[in-house]
Parts: sequence; C-alpha cells; structure tokens
Amino acid sequence: VRSSREPDRALAKSPAEPIRPPLSGGGYARLRRQVVLASAGVALAPLVFLTVLNAMRYGTALRAEAIQPIAALTANAERTLEVFLTERRAALSFVVRDRPFDSLCDSEVLGRVVRTLNLSLEVDAFVDLGIIDDSGAQLCYWGPYDLAGRDYSEQPWFSEVSRRGLHVSEVFLGFRNVPHFVIATRHQLPNGGFYVLRATIDAELFAEQLLTVPAESGDDLFLISRIGVLQTPSRRFGPIFENTTWQPDVSASGTTMAEIRDPGGERLIVGTAVVENSPFVVVLARPYREVMQSWITLRRELAAVLIGSAILILGVILWGANQFVRRLSEVNRRRAFLMHQVEYSNKLASLGRLAAGVAHEVNNPLAIIGEKAGLMHDLVEMEADFPKREKLLGLCASILRSVDRCSTITHRLLGFARHMDVATESVDLRSLIDEVLGFLHKEAHHRDLEITVDRDTEIPSIESDRGQLQQVFLNIINNAFAAVEDGGHIDIAFGVPSVGGVTCSVTDNGVGISEDAMSRIFEPFYTTKTGVGTGLGLSVTYGIVKKLGGEIHVESTQGEGTRFTVILPRERSQAT
Amino acid sequence: MTIEGLRMLFVDDEEELVSALTERLELRGIITVGATRGAEALEYIDGQDFDIVVLDVKMPGLGGLEVIERIKAAHPGLPVILLSGHGSEDDAERGLELGAFDYLMKPVKIDALLATCRKAVAAARLSQ
Repeated sequence: VRSSREPDRALAKSPAEPIRPPLSGGGYARLRRQVVLASAGVALAPLVFLTVLNAMRYGTALRAEAIQPIAALTANAERTLEVFLTERRAALSFVVRDRPFDSLCDSEVLGRVVRTLNLSLEVDAFVDLGIIDDSGAQLCYWGPYDLAGRDYSEQPWFSEVSRRGLHVSEVFLGFRNVPHFVIATRHQLPNGGFYVLRATIDAELFAEQLLTVPAESGDDLFLISRIGVLQTPSRRFGPIFENTTWQPDVSASGTTMAEIRDPGGERLIVGTAVVENSPFVVVLARPYREVMQSWITLRRELAAVLIGSAILILGVILWGANQFVRRLSEVNRRRAFLMHQVEYSNKLASLGRLAAGVAHEVNNPLAIIGEKAGLMHDLVEMEADFPKREKLLGLCASILRSVDRCSTITHRLLGFARHMDVATESVDLRSLIDEVLGFLHKEAHHRDLEITVDRDTEIPSIESDRGQLQQVFLNIINNAFAAVEDGGHIDIAFGVPSVGGVTCSVTDNGVGISEDAMSRIFEPFYTTKTGVGTGLGLSVTYGIVKKLGGEIHVESTQGEGTRFTVILPRERSQAT
Repeated sequence: MTIEGLRMLFVDDEEELVSALTERLELRGIITVGATRGAEALEYIDGQDFDIVVLDVKMPGLGGLEVIERIKAAHPGLPVILLSGHGSEDDAERGLELGAFDYLMKPVKIDALLATCRKAVAAARLSQ
C-alpha cells in the first residue's frame, strides 16, 4: 500500500471542476491595468495640479519676500553713495562761494581747502584740486602730481562741464595710473567768463562707502558704469575696469531686480540702482540658492509630499485593483463552476431520463429473449435423446448469460436514473464497508485477493444515505477488483479531515489508469473495460457522492495502482 | 412448501413473454393462465380461483396498479407480485402500499420468480 502523498501521482480533474473562467489571464491583466490607470489618473491629476499650483503661488510669494531685503540694501547703498557725492559737490560749491576767484587760484590755498574739506567730511577722499579757465587751461593746481598748466580743452569731460555745469566722471586711471574719478563744477566769473573747479576723488575711498551697507557675507556689492564696466572690484565679476558683459537697466528709476549668472555660471539675484547725477550703478548680487533657500526647501518638501502621496495612492490603487480583479476572478470562477455544475446536473438528469427509458424499453424484449431461451433450455433438457442436446443446452445457457449481462446493464442504468433522491440516516462507514465486502467475499476468496481494512483510525458516524453509499463503495471496490490481478492487494483506509466528516480511500495495486482516462473517468458511458463495463459505475458514483455533499478524487500511476478517495461531510448540511 | 399444482395468473402486455413464461411454469407443474390485458386478468380472477397473480405494472388500458387495487378490493387474500421493466421506485412503493407482496424487475430469472411466489403463497396461507 502506497502513501497518499506519493509525488508521481496525478490528481484527476473531476468533471465538475471549472473548465474556463469568463476572462483569461491576459484579460484580467488588461482589466487590472485599465483600473490602475483610470484610478491613478483620477486620483493623481488633482494632486499634481494642486501641488504645482501651490508651488507656483508659494514660489511667487517667497521670491517677492526674499528679494525685498536685496532691493532695500541696494537702495540703501545707492543713497549712501549719492549722499557721498552730494556732500562733495556741496563742499566744492561752498568753497567757491566762500572765496573770491582771485584768492582761490593759488596752489597753497587749494591745498588748505582740500585738507579742510577732508577734515570736515571725515574722509580723505579729495586727492587734489585744480582750477581750469574757460579755455581749458589749468590755472592752478594742488595735489601730488604735476598737473599745473595742463590743457583739458579737448577732454570730453571739459566740454560736458562747460555745457551742463557739472561732471562726475567714471573711474579711470588717468595720468596718475591710480583708480580715481573726477567731480568738476562750473562757476561764473563777473566778467562773463567761467572757471571750472575740478577735484579728484580716490576711487578706493569712494568704494569703501559701500562697506557701511549692512550686506550679508555672501553678498557681492559693487559699482558698475552704465554700460556694465566694473567701477569697483567685484568678488564674482572680477577686478576694477573688467567688463561684466551685463547691461544694467538704467532707464528705470529706483531699484530694479534681475536674475543673472556670474562668469562661473552661478545663478544670482541682483538689485541695481543708478546713483543720481553720476555714471555709477550700484549692484548687489546674492546667490539664488541663498535668496531662495526657504523656497528650495519648501519645493523639496512639496516634491517629497507629492512623491510620497503618489506612491501611497498608487500602492492603494494597485492593492485595490488587485483585490478587485482577484475577487472578480473568483466570482467568475465560481460562476463558471456553478454553471458547469448545473450543466453537469442537467446532463446527468437527461441521461437519467434516457437511461430509464432505454432500460424500460430494453427490459421487456430482454425478458422475452430470456424466457424463450429458458423455455428452449427446459424443453431440450427434458428430452434425454434430443439431437445435439448438449450443444443446444450450451447455446441456451450462453443466451441466458448474455441476458443476465444485459439485465445488469439496464438495472445499473435505472440505478443511475434513481440516485437523485437521498434518505439521511446515521452511518458508520467502517461497518458499511464491511457490508459491501460481504457481497464480494466470494470473489475475493476465489481470486486470492488480499483486502485490508483500517481498523485503528477513529472515525465519527456521519449523517448520510446508507443505500447510496453502499452503491458508491460497491462500485469503487468492484473497480479495484477489476484492476488487480489474482492475488492482488486492496487497502481500505479511513481518515478525519480537518473540516470534519470522514474520508475513505480504496487503494489497489492494479494496472493503474492512463492520463487520458483520468480526465474522463467520471464521464457517463466512459469505460476502459472492453466488452465488460457499462461506463456508468463511476459516473453514478460521482453523482451520488456530490449529491451527498462529498468529494471524490482519484490518483493513479500506470503499472502501480490507483487510489480512490471519497470525502464525506459529517452532516448533509455541510454539503455544498 | 411445494409449488407444484399452484394456480397462477400471469399478466403482461407482451404476448411473447406471456406464452413463453406460461409454458415454462407449466413445465414446472404450475397451472398458469396468461393474460395480456388488465381487464382480461380481472375477468379470469372473477371466474377462476388462483393462488397467486404475477402482474406487469405498465400495460395499455388498465395498468398494473389499477388492477392490483381492484384485485385487493375483491380478493384481499390473493397474493400479487408486481413485475416491471421500468424500475420506478414510486411505482414499487405504490404497488406495495396497495398490497403487492413484492416488486421484481424484468428480466427476472424463473427460479427467483418461483422463490418469490413460494414466499408470497406461504405468507398468504399463513395469514388465512
């Protein structure tokens, strides 16, 4: 007897198992994909839209908030420089008003004036001071360089100051080769002519004014000309006189903000302001990443929230879609199973009606054949000297055996038709098996078959139909008898499944069943016993077991044997 | 008990069956009258004494169940055995309720039929 867990045994597909669910695997995959895409679209689109909208709003607000200090600092720096220049211009005007031209045009006087002005303005910004007449000739000069007598008539600045009355130059190196710029003012003389008071300002001291602006450590505060040439050194754009290649907006009044990149490619937010009455433009540059740090952090957080939410939503959608498709698949499978069951029941019922009709129609002529043959047998047997008596008796006996065989078939057909009705009573399966074996005892004895019945396993009584169960096990054990050779072995074992009820397995060491036969073994009229079987035994058995709420399985290996396992519920209410 | 000399009425709409079985029963010493219609059977019963009636269930005209009902009404002690090719449990139950002694399926072996007849007659005699 082999173990029920032998791996090489194939479990036969019972005819009531689902053949094919309404959707195939590919159909379910497509449905799952559509559900996921539709749900994800509906769920994620508003999330993405709202996140982007919020990001834009926050970005705009934070940017406005972040650049406001830059604009303020730039304006502050512009005012500082404007005050510086205005103070110097006012000081020069004061000097002119305070002294008549004749007393002023003396280098020593000019030297005292310069020292006085630097002292009063607390910055030694004035480097030299000169007076130029209206022909462009420097009449007198005080300063560290020998510039007396120079002719400036061809200089553009001289033309401008002659025309406008004021000139503030860009920073330049000039004859002295030191960065400086010039403030020149025109003054009328009583004789109708004019002279120009020209002062040189130290560009470095001028640039130091920017240090008074409370800029942040990463800020780059510098001056450029209106065409973008550096007037003071810049940390990012290079030394003085370097062209930034950037054209500031000098048309707008007040502070303007812009976004540019430095020569290293770093993104900068810059504030620019034109210093009034000068060629200078104040520039405050701050790295974008510093300005927008809070925005960058917020944007990162928003992206994290978006990605996290999307992953969560997609996860839930995938889970939901899987659940949906799995349940749909189960429902479809169950529906297909039920439809198949109904179909199978209808088939059985139709076959039952057909079988009953056939049996009835066949039984009457069969009875006539039997009685006629029997009569012939009787008549011949009574005549001791009947010609060919023995031959005739043999022929009659042969006819009667065939009638018996047909009779067995028709009676089974009728049994097949009848098995729908069930009467429930308490059944001890072991004693029922003993009763069934009682019918077969003689054949087992003649064929020297060894039959073992499990006496050890405790099994509960079940509520079922005794007569129907007898038919079930008679069929199964009869099959086992047919499968084994003389001297073969049949083992009958019991078990108690975890869900309750009783299992009974009948295992033989007979010829086994082929794969093809396994798939059709429970079909009505399917038989492998050429000329002997009706093909109804196992079909009837299957129908009865299902009707009683049980299951029947068959495992087989060709050449080794077969095991039929019947699982019966403890009560019929457990039937499915 | 011996069955020789037993008087039997065998009723079946299959004439061939009636003739063959009647002859076989006669060979076994049973006085057998065959009938192929229910009404004909009732006439025989009214006119003759029988020890037992073997009756087909499905017959044209008066069916076996109607015949047994009438037999039991007129001769309640006369044992009746039902014979059918259909094997309907309902018919069997109904026949037994109406007083049939047993219900046999066609084709029946003559020895089995005689054994049942013997039991039926013995039971009938015992009850008398």
